Amino acid sequence: MKQDKIAVPLVGWANPAAAPSFNPLRAIISFIDKTLVIADLEARKLRHDPTEMITRAIQPVLWLLVFGEVFTRTRAIPTGNVPYIDFMAPGILAQSVLFVAIFYGIAIIWERDLGIVHKFLASPTPRAALVLGKALSASVRAFVQAFIIYILAIILRVKLNFNPLDLLGVLFMVLMGAAFFSTFSLIIACLVKTRERFMGIGQLLTMPLFFASNSIYPISIMPVWLQLVAKVNPLSYEVDALRSMMLAGWPSAFGLGLDFIVVVAATVVLIVIGFWLPAPLLELVRRAARVVSGA
Amino acid sequence: MAILETQALTRRFKTMTAVDSLDLCVETGEVFGLLGPNGAGKTTVIKMLTTLLPPTSGHARIAGFDIARQATAVRRVIGYVPQMISADGSLTGWENLMVFARLYDIPRKECEERVSSALEFMGLADSGNKLVKDFSGGMIRRLEIAQSMLHRPPLLFLDEPTVGLDPNARRTVWEHIDELRKSFGMTILLTTHIMDEADSLCGRVAIMHHGKVVVTGSPTELKASIDGNGSNGHETTLDDVFIHYTGNEIDEGGNFRETRQNRRTARRLG
Repeated sequence: MKQDKIAVPLVGWANPAAAPSFNPLRAIISFIDKTLVIADLEARKLRHDPTEMITRAIQPVLWLLVFGEVFTRTRAIPTGNVPYIDFMAPGILAQSVLFVAIFYGIAIIWERDLGIVHKFLASPTPRAALVLGKALSASVRAFVQAFIIYILAIILRVKLNFNPLDLLGVLFMVLMGAAFFSTFSLIIACLVKTRERFMGIGQLLTMPLFFASNSIYPISIMPVWLQLVAKVNPLSYEVDALRSMMLAGWPSAFGLGLDFIVVVAATVVLIVIGFWLPAPLLELVRRAARVVSGA
Repeated sequence: MAILETQALTRRFKTMTAVDSLDLCVETGEVFGLLGPNGAGKTTVIKMLTTLLPPTSGHARIAGFDIARQATAVRRVIGYVPQMISADGSLTGWENLMVFARLYDIPRKECEERVSSALEFMGLADSGNKLVKDFSGGMIRRLEIAQSMLHRPPLLFLDEPTVGLDPNARRTVWEHIDELRKSFGMTILLTTHIMDEADSLCGRVAIMHHGKVVVTGSPTELKASIDGNGSNGHETTLDDVFIHYTGNEIDEGGNFRETRQNRRTARRLG
């Protein structure tokens, strides 16, 4: 086809010569704005299809209603002066935050198999804003889980603590937990790259994280080697903080201050790893991941 | 004036050289077609030019910016529609556009207006509030092009823009691509393995084979260059040109992964 010359000037079109000069303040505002855009996008998806929130709530409900009720009756696990169901409710909240957040790795692989991720990456959006936006949206989903578990806990007559400051603390912990585990799962997704391998690795990591923590039994009843694992597991610190803030009259085992420091520090470390993992190291880890998943 | 120039642009994957020392020059305001069978290296070229993949060696400049050293500046002046579906099915058309309007730093006040005018330009004004998963394949493609023109890039990359579309939808997409060039003077670089598409859309084409450009020129020139060497009994087509320069039919290539992705794209579009 013959193409005639075009005389129309590009009025108002991106002018390459006029690249905006770098302004740190504007860069920070734009970074926060873009992070919120990504988080808002995920929240909108939830609004269009709320069934997902309900299906995601089934697992924690089963844990509380079936596992919790049975073990409360057997009194097999020493939980001091509170019923077992009270003891495990914060653990199940932490668990459901973990599972909601781990799902983000699969979602990002799905979006990468389509072209969605490519289009985001070809736009002038900082990589960090993409990751933080996803982490923040994982928190939105986690808040929904927290709400459902609180309702259920009230129905099951768990003696909850409604001190506003503690409730704020619970929200913060849920947010950090979701940010931590979703970043974790995004890093794994970047390493393993296919859904099949992610499923394998995901199972391999979430189950030990959950069982080697104080989620559903106190650390004191574990064998010594497992106690060591549980004490370096960030999930234990999240559960400890949640438990002491959610329940009336349950003192923190590690100290609330330490809980917050560990969870925040672990999240920061992961985000740093996620952004600045040097390429050769990334390649090494990727190879190891391939060997582990047998692919 | 050239908006895009590459110099010995090369990309190797382990032992395979996907793009072999590519020299390309695209003039401002033209529709340039990169032709070749699956696996010829077209998508790798696009990925390097859109800053998604670092070149192994060589250089490329877009609107004066180096793709390796000035990636952010490059990202601001290009639009990109990947081969695979890049609109989010669980959002509405309007939301899909709004996200990108804001990611490209378009002033808040202007976002709404640009989104509605892009929807209108692509013939989607009535479907903005529908979820994209209820769109037809052709509508999804047009929405994706609308997404990539919001920040008014002087250069637009379309990777296999009509893969998996039926002939009618294909024609509508072609009309809109041509309209973009005519109304805004946008430069468009597209890849395709459909010779008809190249013939009816592109001012110039480059035929790629095994990572190399074997010939460049306007479709008319290319057809004239092999006149008499084409198949007997019918007018010379770009297919004949392709066979002449590569010694191959455009065949169904691609490995398992590519085929799976193509089929998945086709199914979701169809």
